[in-house]
Amino acid sequence: MFNNIKKDFPIFLNIPDLVYLDSAATSQKPQQVIDSVTKFYSKENANIARGLYKIAEDATMNYEQVRSKVQKFVNAKSSNEIIFTQNTTSSLNAVMRGWGENFVKKHDKIVTTVMEHHSNFVPWQFLAKRKQANLVVVDVDDDGQIDLGDFEKKVKDSKIVTLSTVSNVLGVINNVNKLCDIAHEQGAICVVDGAQSVPSMPTDVQKINCDFLAFSGHKMLAPFGIGILYGKEELLEKSDPFVYGSQMIRKVTQKENEWNDLPYKFEPGTPDISAVIGLGKAVDYLSVLGMDNIHKHEQMLIGYLLKQFSELDGLNVLGPENSKQRGGLVSFSLDKIHSHDVAAMLAEDNICVRSGHHCAMPIHERFGLAATTRASVYVYNQKEDIDKLINSLKQVQKVFS
Amino acid sequence: MDDIYQEFIIELYKNPMNFGRMAKPDYHAEVHNSTCGDRIELSLKMKSGIIVDVKFAGSGCAISQASSSLFTEYLKGKTLDQLKKIDKQEVLALLKIDLSKNPSRMKCALLPLDALKKSIK
Repeated sequence: MFNNIKKDFPIFLNIPDLVYLDSAATSQKPQQVIDSVTKFYSKENANIARGLYKIAEDATMNYEQVRSKVQKFVNAKSSNEIIFTQNTTSSLNAVMRGWGENFVKKHDKIVTTVMEHHSNFVPWQFLAKRKQANLVVVDVDDDGQIDLGDFEKKVKDSKIVTLSTVSNVLGVINNVNKLCDIAHEQGAICVVDGAQSVPSMPTDVQKINCDFLAFSGHKMLAPFGIGILYGKEELLEKSDPFVYGSQMIRKVTQKENEWNDLPYKFEPGTPDISAVIGLGKAVDYLSVLGMDNIHKHEQMLIGYLLKQFSELDGLNVLGPENSKQRGGLVSFSLDKIHSHDVAAMLAEDNICVRSGHHCAMPIHERFGLAATTRASVYVYNQKEDIDKLINSLKQVQKVFS
Repeated sequence: MDDIYQEFIIELYKNPMNFGRMAKPDYHAEVHNSTCGDRIELSLKMKSGIIVDVKFAGSGCAISQASSSLFTEYLKGKTLDQLKKIDKQEVLALLKIDLSKNPSRMKCALLPLDALKKSIK
């Protein structure tokens, strides 16, 4: 599948021997997206929601069209439920500030999991400390799956449950539909970090029935600087803005003010309009490929990778062995070789992987590891990329043997 | 792939010099490299104004481990004033590899220097 895609990505033309296996950090960008940004700046550049001249009206219209595209992409009920932020981190912080600040009280329980990225961990840790609430962390089993018994026990009487669809370290796909249901039965709201899932598989916020969903543009072929927060309209209405000024206000007198309507209430200041335009093109591009196909493609590649990994001595994989339970990434360690050395040696062969704790120290601590190496795939990768990785890993082991 | 990973670096990684801790060090500090999770603990023993023993412990990549081995050896026999004057270039010269285009690896190489600075602060 997707055999002809690489040619759409100019980075692979400019660096022909690049083996890019770090899409979980950020995706490469297709020419179509890059062109849309250039076109905006060359032919359409104007601020939105203000000017009455043609290019300003066009910019506003195009910006809002992308909001509708994103709405359809995640199947939200209304485009008012789509807030443009800067990235997943700022989206999650927005929930913490906007909703958490209003509704979390002393002794309330906030539930997260040990596999979360720091962006879906630290904001809650901070909120809990500030409000004298309790942050409770759900464990995983040795296979990296959420411990359902532990989850059910810990979500009892909780206020917020926050978890990722796909862990950026374990690669495991969590059954967020079911977990959100359990959270709702307890009267909690459910916040989902979709940074690793939205770019790679179909997302239906109504099916998940999550209350908030955060994800980033740059991991799904779009430019940097654009993040998305989906929130149920009712909850967004109840949330307060936390960055003030500009577009988020409807009326200001010398004594008081009135918040603007959704979604503008949460979009203060001039946004990165070019990035939003690029996001629209990225959504188009992904929709043509088909999110189901992308998911299948990634699982095929990860299955291929795991099979080859199983034949390497001294290589340990984190997370489920079955690629059907995984998104498009695998973290691993090599016996007696530090992940930093693995990544650096692979880099000398032009193979891009990530090493370290991937902004998820609690899960590394859980498995007693200081750091791991992570390989991740996306639409432009093919089996030959995996083959090159395996060959170079064998070389690394040889040098250190 | 052997520009950085020369044989002596790998050798020092497998068999580090001055690895360990010491009871009652005169100077001691622990530093972390948050990007890769490396951790180095440096202990120094002083007698009559000069460093008589240096040990390092912790875990890290081949570069930080090799650098720590060479660095601890380098510190022996120096006075406190001399320790205070040690700069980056001296540490990189010990390693004899060019890291000028690898800012992230530079951090690994300089981790023992960070530990030294922290310990004598």
